[in-house]
Amino acid sequence: MSGAAPTAMQHGLQSCETCGLLSRPAAGEVEGRCPRCAEELSFRKHDSLQRTWAYLIAAAICYIPANVLPVLTTTTAAGAESDTIMQGVVLLWSPTGWPLSLIVLIASIMIPSAKILALMYLLITVQRGSVHNNAQRIRMYRMVEFIGRWSMVDVFVDTFTAALIQLQPLMSVEPGPGLFFFAAVVVFTMLAVEAFDPRLIWDSISSKEPSSDEANPGEANSNEANPNEANPNEVSYA
Amino acid sequence: MPKKRTRFSLVWVIPVLAAIVGAWVAVTRILSEGPKITIVFRTAEGLEAGKTKIHYNGVDVGTLTAIQLSDDHKHVITTAQMAPKTEGFLVNDTKFWVVKPRISGANVTGLGTLISGAYIGMEIGASKEDRRDFVALETQPVITGEVPGRFFVLKTPDLGSIDTGTPIYFRRLQVGQVASYNMDQNGKALTVKAFVRAPYDQYVNGDTRFWHASGIDLSLTASGLSVQTQSALSILIGGIAFETAPSVMVQPPAEEHTAFTLYGNRAEAFNPPPRNPQTYQLIFTDSVRGLVAGAPVEFRGIRVGEVADITAQIDLKTFKFSVPVTIRLDPQRLGVKIFELGPTLNLESMRRKLIDSLVSHGVRAQLRTGNLLTGSAFVSLDFFPGAPPATVDWSQQPVQLPTIRGTLEATEETVENIIAKIDKMPLKEIGDELRKAIADLDLTLTSARGALDSAHSTLDNANTLVAPNSLQLEKLDQTLDEVSRAAQSLRVLADFLERHPEALLRGKKGEAK
Repeated sequence: MSGAAPTAMQHGLQSCETCGLLSRPAAGEVEGRCPRCAEELSFRKHDSLQRTWAYLIAAAICYIPANVLPVLTTTTAAGAESDTIMQGVVLLWSPTGWPLSLIVLIASIMIPSAKILALMYLLITVQRGSVHNNAQRIRMYRMVEFIGRWSMVDVFVDTFTAALIQLQPLMSVEPGPGLFFFAAVVVFTMLAVEAFDPRLIWDSISSKEPSSDEANPGEANSNEANPNEANPNEVSYA
Repeated sequence: MPKKRTRFSLVWVIPVLAAIVGAWVAVTRILSEGPKITIVFRTAEGLEAGKTKIHYNGVDVGTLTAIQLSDDHKHVITTAQMAPKTEGFLVNDTKFWVVKPRISGANVTGLGTLISGAYIGMEIGASKEDRRDFVALETQPVITGEVPGRFFVLKTPDLGSIDTGTPIYFRRLQVGQVASYNMDQNGKALTVKAFVRAPYDQYVNGDTRFWHASGIDLSLTASGLSVQTQSALSILIGGIAFETAPSVMVQPPAEEHTAFTLYGNRAEAFNPPPRNPQTYQLIFTDSVRGLVAGAPVEFRGIRVGEVADITAQIDLKTFKFSVPVTIRLDPQRLGVKIFELGPTLNLESMRRKLIDSLVSHGVRAQLRTGNLLTGSAFVSLDFFPGAPPATVDWSQQPVQLPTIRGTLEATEETVENIIAKIDKMPLKEIGDELRKAIADLDLTLTSARGALDSAHSTLDNANTLVAPNSLQLEKLDQTLDEVSRAAQSLRVLADFLERHPEALLRGKKGEAK
C-alpha cells in the first residue's frame, strides 16, 4: 500500500499550498511562513472538516431552490415564461436537440449533485478514519477540484443569454432567482473543496500504521505531538 | 492547534444563512401561491401543461400545470395553478372556456391566439360559494357577464345567416348580439339566444317582434313593392332586428329569457300567419286570376287571415265551374275580445255566433284586385247590405262562407252588356236616314239663302230711304216740326179749356173784360 509511506507531518515538514515547497517550521514555532512565497503554512488546514461540512451543507441547502426556482424568464410576444433547470432540460429534449439537453442535464444537475455527494463521501470516510481506497479518494478529490470552476458554465450561459437577448419588446430573457441559488451552489462547493484538506486522507493510514488495524485516538494525539518533537530536526531551506 | 480544532468555527454561519434565505424564499413562494383548481374540458386541443395561461380581462391569472384524461377517457381533466389572491374569483358560477381565433363577420376575436396559442378565458361569477373544480364551456361566450343587458330566446325554423355574434338591431342601431344557438330536441326548430344590451333591453316587451334582417328584403305583393334593409353590415353578414308594435297599453319590459318567434322578415313579423287558424271555404264563380296561396284575407282592410289553398271544380251535369278557395281565418284578429266573455263560455259556440251574426248582417267574401300593376288579388270580407240573405251551414267540413261577385267582375259584365246593346242597334239604317235628311236639309238651306238675299235688297232700299241728308228725311223733319207746333197750340188750348171750361160757351172772359 502506498499509504504506508510516512506523512510529511510525521517528519515535521509542512508543504506550502501555493508553491508546493516543503519546509520545516522555524525553531520554536508551531507553524510558520513559506520561506519561498511567504504563504502561511500549517500542517493541516484549520478546522478543515468543520468548514468543509459547513460549506457543503450550505451548498446542499442552495441546491434545492436552485432546482425549484426558475433560472430563466423568457418574455416573448406570446407571454412570459419561467423555466427551471429541469424544465429547460425537458424543453430542449427533442430528437435533434437531445445532446444539448444532455449537456444541460449533466452540467447543471448531475455534476453539482455529484460534487456534493463526492465531498460528503470524502468527509465521512476521513472522519471515520477509513483506510480503504485512499488512491481513489484522492483522485476523486482532484477531479472535484478540477471540475469546480467549470460548474459555472451554466451560470455563464444564462447570464450571457440574458445580456444578449434583449429585443424589447419582441423578446427578452431575464435571469430568474434560481440562477442566484445555482451560482451559490457552485461557489459553496468550490469553497468546500478549498476547505477540505486532502492530506487528512493519509492521516488515518499513518496513524494506524504503527499500531494495529484499529483506530487509536491516543495514537492520533501522539501523532499530533510528533511535529513538536520533530522540531529540532530542521530541514535546510532551499 | 488542538484547541483551534475543537473551537466552533464561524464558518457555520454560512449554511445557517443559506438555510434562512432558502426557507424565506420557500415561505414567500408558498404564501404567494394561489389556489389550485381543476377544469374539465372535452378536448385538450391547443392546451399545453405549463404553458397555457388563464386570462381574465387580458390579465394572466393562472397557468395550466397538468393535463390528464379522465377515468372514462371521455374528458380531459386539467389542473391549473391560479395566481395569488384569486380565491375570490373561484365561485360557483365562474366560467372557463378555450379562446381560439374566431372571425365572424362583424367581429374578430382571439387574434392573439394565432401567435401565442390558445388560452383559457374566464368569467367571474356572481355567486358567493367557493368552488375549485369546474367544467369548461364548449364554446366561448360572445357576451361576458360584465355587460349589462338581458338574454332573450328566439325560436326560428331556419337559422339563415345567423351565427354567434350576429348583430341585433333596434331602429338600425346595433344593440346586441346573438350569444348562441342550438337545435331543439325534436330537430324541427332552432333556439337562438339573443343578448340585448342595456338600456335597449327595456324596449323589448310582449309586443316586440323579432325578424331576420339579413340582406335586402324585396317583396312585390298585393300591397305593392316593399324594400326593407337594415344596415349595410347586416346585408353582408346578416342580422336580427326587432321592433315593438305600438300598442294601446304600455307593456312592461319582457322578462329575461322570454321566448319570441323569429320571423322571416318585417312584414311577416307584423302580419304573422294566424295563430289559431280556423279554416273556411269560399266558393267563387268568377275568375281567381292573381290570387295565390298566402294572399291576404282582409276584413274591411284589416288582415285577418290568408289564403291557404286554391282548387277548381267543375260540375259535369250543369257545367258550372267554381273555384273553392280555402282560407285560414284568425277570428281573434277581428277584434273580438273573447277573454272578456269569461272562461266558462264555449269558445267554439262563440265563434259560430260571431260568424253567423256577421253573415246575417251582410258580410260576404269577395275577390278584389290589390295591385293593378301586378294584378295580384286578395280576398276581402265586407258588408254588402244589399246581398241576398245567406246562412252558414256548420255541419259542412270545411264550413263554407257566402261569397259575392267581385267588383271588377261585375263592372266587366255591365260594360259587356252595354256593348252588346250597342251592337244590337240598327246603326246602318240610322245612317241612311240621316244621310237623306241631310240632303233635304241641303235643299232647304239653298232656298233659304235666296229668301235671305231678297230680304237683304229690301233692307238696302230701306236704308237709302232713311239715309241722312236725303230729301225725304228733311221734309219729314219739317213736317214733324209743324206737327210739334200744332200740338203745342193744341195743349195751350186744352189747358185753357181745363181752367175755363165755360169759355166754350161764353168765349174768353179775360178778353171780354
